Amino acid sequence: MALEDVCKSRSRAKPASLLDFDVPVAECLQENPPRSGTPQNPLPFEMSHGTTTLAFTFQGGVLAAGDTRSSCSGRVSCPDAEKVKPIHSHLVATSSGTSADCTLWKRILARELRLYQLRHGRRVSTGGAAKLLWHMLLPFKGTKLCVATTLCGWDESGPAIFYVHSDGRRLRGTLFSVGSGSPYAYAVLDQAVESGMTAEEATRVAREAVYRATHRDAYSGNCVDIYLVTSTGWTRREREDLKEEYYRERKNRQGGTV
Amino acid sequence: MEYLIGIQGPDFVLVAADNVAVSSFLQLKKDDDKMFKLSEKILLLCVGEAGDTVQFAEYIQKNVQLYKMRNGYELSPAAAANFTRKNLAEYLRSRTPYHVNMLLAGYDDTDGPGLYYMDHLSSLVKAPFAAHGYGAFLTLSILDRYYKPGLPGEFRLICSDCHCCFCLHQLNRRFILNLPSFTVRLIDKEGIHDLEKLSPTK
Repeated sequence: MALEDVCKSRSRAKPASLLDFDVPVAECLQENPPRSGTPQNPLPFEMSHGTTTLAFTFQGGVLAAGDTRSSCSGRVSCPDAEKVKPIHSHLVATSSGTSADCTLWKRILARELRLYQLRHGRRVSTGGAAKLLWHMLLPFKGTKLCVATTLCGWDESGPAIFYVHSDGRRLRGTLFSVGSGSPYAYAVLDQAVESGMTAEEATRVAREAVYRATHRDAYSGNCVDIYLVTSTGWTRREREDLKEEYYRERKNRQGGTV
Repeated sequence: MEYLIGIQGPDFVLVAADNVAVSSFLQLKKDDDKMFKLSEKILLLCVGEAGDTVQFAEYIQKNVQLYKMRNGYELSPAAAANFTRKNLAEYLRSRTPYHVNMLLAGYDDTDGPGLYYMDHLSSLVKAPFAAHGYGAFLTLSILDRYYKPGLPGEFRLICSDCHCCFCLHQLNRRFILNLPSFTVRLIDKEGIHDLEKLSPTK
């Protein structure tokens, strides 16, 4: 079958086991150990992890939001990056850390989840997807690879958020914010997020949290992306430029007392 | 930053761990469970470097369960502790050492209760009471002062009077970090019991 050839699946002498995940990267690490980013061979510049991303669960599902500024040694390298991306119909992942690493590993995760779905006829749970990503990143612990992502999904057991970091951490929770702007976002979220919120309220809170973080954090900014994951899948709110909000608020402040 | 404590009584072991999962200066999670159930009567408490704790503890947990499946009977707490220590020692001088500090608490039907202290350099010692973390500096002297080998069995019901709580209150008083709640579990001949989460307040 054509798809099997493309996927180079191993000979089906034994029935496909639940643990049939192809993890090629660990072998290639043995052949080519990382040569840059070690103390003997430092990187030419420090990769900064400038981002504000957040995710929380509420009665209406899971909300994931992020800014869109991609920075590189003090400069904005891309003002319209996509930090929140869908992995499949019911799973959305935010990314923080090195954008190249995050993009690659999201694609690898999406590939493995899709292969599992084709082979077994059902989707992997959010926790299972997080465990798979954690397992694939383990060989890179101690290298300069940096992926800090929250997987936000809806599976048979309902909404779930898992925070996965390339240093080996995997945590389940109801509210996470990741990146250099996360302390500012936490301050807004901890006060305003309640499980009984409506989707509109949740969107407003997430937008406010990203806005406050982008204002204070130099490495976060430009626009905000918001995704809502429910039992029927993910929906995306149109990207909004936060510059408008900043000027609107300034005008309101000047209109009242300065 | 993290804190573990264990106390062995005449026919039980009482263990407690804090509930905070930390990343630099942020609290990521306030209800993190640092105890791993190895078998019906053995608990492994594990703290240390971010990914190493769960990775190593789950590895030990699955291997102990595999032993039971293969051989039909469970590892004793002493055997499990030595198995854990051996694994830690093997990885210590490799490219990927595990930086974890652990307490293993268990009840053996023949030998009774046991508490084992292990650190990241894979030392292992059976102790009547033990603690890990900066909090250990503040609380070990309390245990030295008040611990007696034949602790009365009733105190386990009145957790507010027990030495575990003296210790947790002391942490609250003198430790600069806020550890708002602790998971407490007790192991005796009936198995592992979840006690009420402790939130010592000033």
